[in-house]
Amino acid sequence: MAKTLESRLEVLKTYKLYIGGQFPRTESGRYYIATNAKGEKLANVCLGSRKDFRDAVVAARGAFGGWSGRAAFNRGQILYRIAEMLEGRKAQFIDELMKQESTKVQAENEVNLCIDRLIYYSGWCDKFQQLFSAVNPVASSHFNFSVPEPTGVVAAIAPQNDSLLGLVSVIAPIIAGGNTCIILASHTKPLCAVTFAEVLNSSDLPGGVVNILTGKVSELVPFFADHMDVNATAYCEGDAVTQKMIKEKSSLNVKRVVLYDKVKWADATGQSPYFIMDFQEIKTTWHPIENIGGAKAGY
Amino acid sequence: MATKKSNTIKLKFDSARSLAPAPESKSAAKIDPQYELFINGKMEKPQSKKYFPTINPATEEKLSMIAEANGADVNKAVTAARNAYAKTWKKMPPAERAKYIYRIARMIQERAREFAIIETLDGGKPIRESRDFDVPTAANHFFYYAGWADKLEYAFPNRRTEPLGVAGQIIPWNFPLLMAAWKIAPALACGNTVVLKPAENTSLTALKLAEIIQEADLPPGVVNIITGAGATGAAIVNHPDINKIAFTGSTEVGKIIQRAIAGTNKKATLELGGKAANIIFDDAPLDQAVEGVINGIFFNQGHVCCAGSRLYVQESVFKEVVRKLKDRLETLIVGDPIDKNTDIGAINSKAQLDIINKYIKIGQQEGAEMYQSSCALPKKGFFCRPTIFTNVAQSNRIAQEEIFGPVLAIQSFRTDDEVIEKANNTPYGLSAGVWTDKGSKIFNMTTKLRAGVVWANTFNKFDPGSPFGGYKESGYGREGGVHGLNAYVNIV
Repeated sequence: MAKTLESRLEVLKTYKLYIGGQFPRTESGRYYIATNAKGEKLANVCLGSRKDFRDAVVAARGAFGGWSGRAAFNRGQILYRIAEMLEGRKAQFIDELMKQESTKVQAENEVNLCIDRLIYYSGWCDKFQQLFSAVNPVASSHFNFSVPEPTGVVAAIAPQNDSLLGLVSVIAPIIAGGNTCIILASHTKPLCAVTFAEVLNSSDLPGGVVNILTGKVSELVPFFADHMDVNATAYCEGDAVTQKMIKEKSSLNVKRVVLYDKVKWADATGQSPYFIMDFQEIKTTWHPIENIGGAKAGY
Repeated sequence: MATKKSNTIKLKFDSARSLAPAPESKSAAKIDPQYELFINGKMEKPQSKKYFPTINPATEEKLSMIAEANGADVNKAVTAARNAYAKTWKKMPPAERAKYIYRIARMIQERAREFAIIETLDGGKPIRESRDFDVPTAANHFFYYAGWADKLEYAFPNRRTEPLGVAGQIIPWNFPLLMAAWKIAPALACGNTVVLKPAENTSLTALKLAEIIQEADLPPGVVNIITGAGATGAAIVNHPDINKIAFTGSTEVGKIIQRAIAGTNKKATLELGGKAANIIFDDAPLDQAVEGVINGIFFNQGHVCCAGSRLYVQESVFKEVVRKLKDRLETLIVGDPIDKNTDIGAINSKAQLDIINKYIKIGQQEGAEMYQSSCALPKKGFFCRPTIFTNVAQSNRIAQEEIFGPVLAIQSFRTDDEVIEKANNTPYGLSAGVWTDKGSKIFNMTTKLRAGVVWANTFNKFDPGSPFGGYKESGYGREGGVHGLNAYVNIV
């Protein structure tokens, strides 16, 4: 006979990494204990390692061709699908945010804002190119145009405080623009990040497009910045020493470095197509236009 | 597959009858025996009290003595730029800024012949190129960006722009005047002031530009041009009162700069090296493609960061293309850059010639098959025969490293996928070329090649309105076009 509700033993969730569309434990076997402000244990969380990061880069690089090659419209649909899935699991996120010291109202606001932000970037997927492209009126007889293209594999360290909103606000413009990424979740508030990975995994997002790690920022940041197959690094905290170190190591393969320490994610200024453009390259294409001698203008 | 009769007719150029010399008159160009630093609107003697010679690489004769700026000189130039920014340039109505820039454009046009001759004497490039490409394109660049000065609010949807402040700009020796224009024009249009350092081998046209800037009555300090070598460049990069570094040069130095400014808020644009793939499919108009390949690698002696230095030819036309290339190689006129018939001029410096020769040796040692034009080379000066290598492996150093000279590495391929993978298999990503008659194939290739500029059925074309810059280790930021404005503004 089933136990009564009061005495039923809760099933605890295992918080794992999200790499290449799979949920592996860290290869290092290490873990840390996430606690609330009172020091009460919330969960055992994977203490991700350099090897986990390198595995994630392989997954992200592997996913890049397919993701960047998809129709922009299709990427928009998948971002919309992520928002739908998040909406459906709202209660769980609110619950986790409250465990991580948010009030109910704050938690509800944050989750709502995340859903709306995903919808916002879903809409940009097939529009920002039109705003930031150009047909260039060159003087020679050539057709010439410039379009944005994704930079490639982005390694990002998520904001440490806005554990869900910051994570979503950094990931969305990166993938909306056709990049793939590895993102390190907030160390102190990792619960939502792992649950968000489950949302991504059920949203038609191909495995490897977003890879989410948990672990210690100071341990993993150097690897995020010096990996030779990463094209860009994003860092969201104001720590000057870390900023400098990221920029220095990024020079090894001329990574683009994007710093978001002054962004207020909950603000209206926390979203714009310029965040997408932070991880875009401009490609210019030339082709000759035939000039047939003697041809006259006419209709 | 239907057998196609391949074109086997060899181009006939009667080698017994060579062209008579047609040197451009040097009378239009006045070169002073000594040049000072251009700081705060005046020609200033260097505090270092040092000068270094600049030579004509085609004759090894000394042209002039150039001032060497030290740290104190750099500081003086930056201070002048800071004052001009705060007191004059930032506050000036944008439409007035525009008119100054237009004025510079016009004055370059007026003195175009003089600039072309000096560019050729100082740098070794054929007069035909400096006259028809470098100088007019430089003037056009000023003309193009002048017009942006009072229209910036249209360039960034839903945003305002602010100038950055003082820009430190370091340029290379391959297109001395043109690179100065690429750097100065957008910086001024966006409201910044400038400290520019030309490469030590090719300072003259930048200093001539300083004369124009003086003549144009640009407020003192808005543009400062200081000369010197690496140490002077480092002093600019490390100066604490500079807001922006714009650098064109090698990937090696670009990385050093990126690292050097890591602890600062300096913005940077880096336009670095390249190893462009030029790809010929079997349906391409082969004679046109061969001309494009020749232009792609031998334009400016191959001293071009976006040079098409790797050639990929589809297997079925490989032999034919290589034969046509060899034929065409024989017809190239290598020699005195000041001669209007010259196709390939002098290598810019002894040091660069040594690097090129080192790679030619490496190519042979690695087992590649070398073919060089049989042309005679002048007895004096730094010259290199146009060189192609076949039997090249993807891993060979001549297929991986930037040589920056007239040396082409040729490989074959069978399928589209194969050539995309080979073309992208490089840390660089500046440019690429595709030759095919099929439109859908062009767009497949141009979207899959990871490079900032892709030329389809053409190569090495440039325009002030066309953004230029790299992916990956070829740098970041764009120069040219509306996208080039981004490098010189804060978007707020």
